[in-house]
Amino acid sequence: MLGFFLEDRILMALGALLYGIAFLYVLLFVRRDRSHPPSITYAIILVGWILQTTGMYIRGLEVGGCPLGNAFEILQFVVWSLVLLYLVVGSSFRVSLLGFFSAGLAALLGLFSLLPAFDQTRREWMEGVSVWVELHAALALFSYGVFAILALVSAMFLLRDYSLKKKNFHGVFHFLPSIKQLEDIKYRLLVTGLLILSVSLLLGAVNWSQGDSTLYPKKFLPTLALWLCYFVLLILRWRQALRPASLAWASIILFFVALITLGPVNASRGALAPVPNDGDTSSLREIRSSPSEPLSPDFTISR
Amino acid sequence: MPVENAITNAPDNLFLYGATHREVPLNLREKLAFTEDRLVDFYRKTKGHPHLGELLLLNTCNRMEIYGVAPQSALFSKEILRGSLSATLSLPRETLDQCLQFTVGKPVVEHLFRVASGIDSLVVGEAEILGQVKAAYATARTEDTIGPLLNRTFQKSFQAAKWVRTHTDIGKGQVSVGSVAVELAGHVFGDLADCRILIIGAGEIAERTLTSLQSRGVTNVTIANRTYSKACEAARIFHGRAIPLEDINTAVREADIIIGSTAAPEPILTAPDLKSLLARRPLQPLFLIDLSVPRNFDQACENLSNVYLYNIDDLGNLAQDNLKARHQEIDACRQSLSLRASHLWERLDSQMKGPSSD
Repeated sequence: MLGFFLEDRILMALGALLYGIAFLYVLLFVRRDRSHPPSITYAIILVGWILQTTGMYIRGLEVGGCPLGNAFEILQFVVWSLVLLYLVVGSSFRVSLLGFFSAGLAALLGLFSLLPAFDQTRREWMEGVSVWVELHAALALFSYGVFAILALVSAMFLLRDYSLKKKNFHGVFHFLPSIKQLEDIKYRLLVTGLLILSVSLLLGAVNWSQGDSTLYPKKFLPTLALWLCYFVLLILRWRQALRPASLAWASIILFFVALITLGPVNASRGALAPVPNDGDTSSLREIRSSPSEPLSPDFTISR
Repeated sequence: MPVENAITNAPDNLFLYGATHREVPLNLREKLAFTEDRLVDFYRKTKGHPHLGELLLLNTCNRMEIYGVAPQSALFSKEILRGSLSATLSLPRETLDQCLQFTVGKPVVEHLFRVASGIDSLVVGEAEILGQVKAAYATARTEDTIGPLLNRTFQKSFQAAKWVRTHTDIGKGQVSVGSVAVELAGHVFGDLADCRILIIGAGEIAERTLTSLQSRGVTNVTIANRTYSKACEAARIFHGRAIPLEDINTAVREADIIIGSTAAPEPILTAPDLKSLLARRPLQPLFLIDLSVPRNFDQACENLSNVYLYNIDDLGNLAQDNLKARHQEIDACRQSLSLRASHLWERLDSQMKGPSSD
C-alpha cells in the first residue's frame, strides 16, 4: 500500500490534487466575499509541493538526473517552479490571492500533465551528462515558472482593471491587490524571468560552442524567439511605449506560446525509451545497470 | 465603589433608562444631549444616593442611555433618575416620559451588546460606537460610579463587539462617500502615502474626502480654485499648495488622484484634453473623483486606459451596496450576541447565588 503512494506519478498527482484543493478552499471564501486564512492556503500548497518534489526526486533517481525527458516531466517542472516561486517570494510580494491563482494554474497544468500520452517515453539513463547542461535546462524551465507567475499576476491586473472600470467589487474582485502593486510586480517578474532565461541560453550556447554536439534549430529557435519576445516587451516597458493592460495581455499570451514551444523543444530531444505497457520498469533498470555505455552525442545537446 | 468587589446585587436589578434614534427624533434627542459639564454634574448629583447603585451614562449623537444597578427596587431608581435628569437637562418630567424607555434584566445586557457591536447604530456596523462606549465606561470609572455588575457586563460587551467585528461582515465595506473614495484609491494605488492629490474647487464632501485621504497618510495636496484666495485658505487648512485654476494642466499631469468639486456648468476636463495631458505618463494610473453636479469630468474620460473615473452617484451606489450587505448580517449578529448575553446572564445569576468562580 505504501509502495503505491511512493510511485512518482501518484505523488505528483497528489501534489496537483492538493493545489486544486487549495484553489477550491479559497474559492469558497471569495465567492462569499469573505477573506480566507492565508496560512491554511499556504500550508496546503506547501504539502502539495513537498509531495510533488518527492515524486520528481523519485523520477530523477529513475532517469539519473533532472527529470526533463518528456512532456509530463517538463510540465511538472514548470508547475514545480511556479509553486516554489510562490512559496519563496510570493509572501514577500504581499499580494493577496496570488496563492489562489498559483494553486489554480498549478492544479490545471499538473493534472493536464498526467495525461498518459505525455509520459509514454522516458529518457535513457543520464549518467555522464554535464552539470552545466543540466543547469541550462533547469534554468530554462525555471524561467517558465517565473513567466507563469507573470502571466498570473497579469491576469490579476486585468481583473482588477476590469473591476475598477466596471465598478464591481464583489467576490474575487474585492480581494485583488491594487493596480499599482500588480504593475510593479509584473515589471519585476519580467526582468527576473528574462534574466534567468538569458543565463540559461548563455549556458546552452557555451556548451554548444565547446563543440561536442550539434545544435537543434527546432529546439533553439523557438526558445530564442521566446526570449526575444520577452526582451521586446521589456524594452517597450522601459520606453513607456506599452500600456500596462497591453503588457498584461502580452505576458499571458506569451506564456501560453512558451508552453506550446515546449512541444518542438521536447520533440527535438533524442534517445527516448518507451515505458513498458505493463508498468514494468525492468528495461529502465537494465539501462541504468549499464551506465558505462557511451551516451549518444544527440542526447547531450538535447538537454 | 471598587470594581473588584463581588457581585452582591441580583442581575435582575440591572436597568436601562434612555432614548435612542429608533424611537426619538433628532429635535428631542438634542434636548437630551449631555455636555461634558452636565455629565460631571449629573454624576456628582447621583453618586452615593441610597436608591441609586452603579451608574453609567452613554451619550452619543444617536442615544442617551443610563445603565444602572438598583440597590433595591429598579422603579425607585428610575424615579430618582427622572428627577435628576429633569433638573440637569432643564426638561419637564412629562417630556422625559415621552422620550425615555425603561428596561430591566436580561434585555439590558442584550441591548448593550448590540449597541457596542454597532448593530443598533444609525449606520449599521459603524466602529466609532465601540470607542464611545469605552469612553463612557472610562468616565464612569473615573467618577467611581460603576461596580462589579456593570464592570463585568461592559467588559463582556467589549469582547462581544470585538467578536462580531472579527467573525461577521457587519463592519465590512465603507458606507460614506469619503470613505468609499479612499477605499477605491486603495484599490488603485495600495499605499496612499506617496499619492499626489489635486482638488479642483471646494465643498464639504470634497473636504471630508480629503480628510479621509489624509488619514491614510496622504501629504502631497494641491488645491486649485477659481478664487485664488479660497484656494490659499483651503491650502492653509489642509497643509497643501494653492494654485490658480488656470494653472491646473501641470498639476493634472503630476496628480495621482484628482477630486473635482466646482460649480462649473461644463466639464473642466474633457477626454481629449486629459488624453494629451497623460501622454507623458502612460504607466501611471489616474483616479478621478467627481463630486460635482453638473459633472466636472467628461464621462468619456473613463474610457481612457489607466484612468478610473467615479462620480457622486457611483460612490453613493457603492456606499449603499456596502450598507445593504451589512444589513444582511444583522440577524446572524443578533443571534450570536443573544447567545453571549444569555451566557453572561447565567453566570451573573449563578455568581449572585453561589460563591464566585470566575
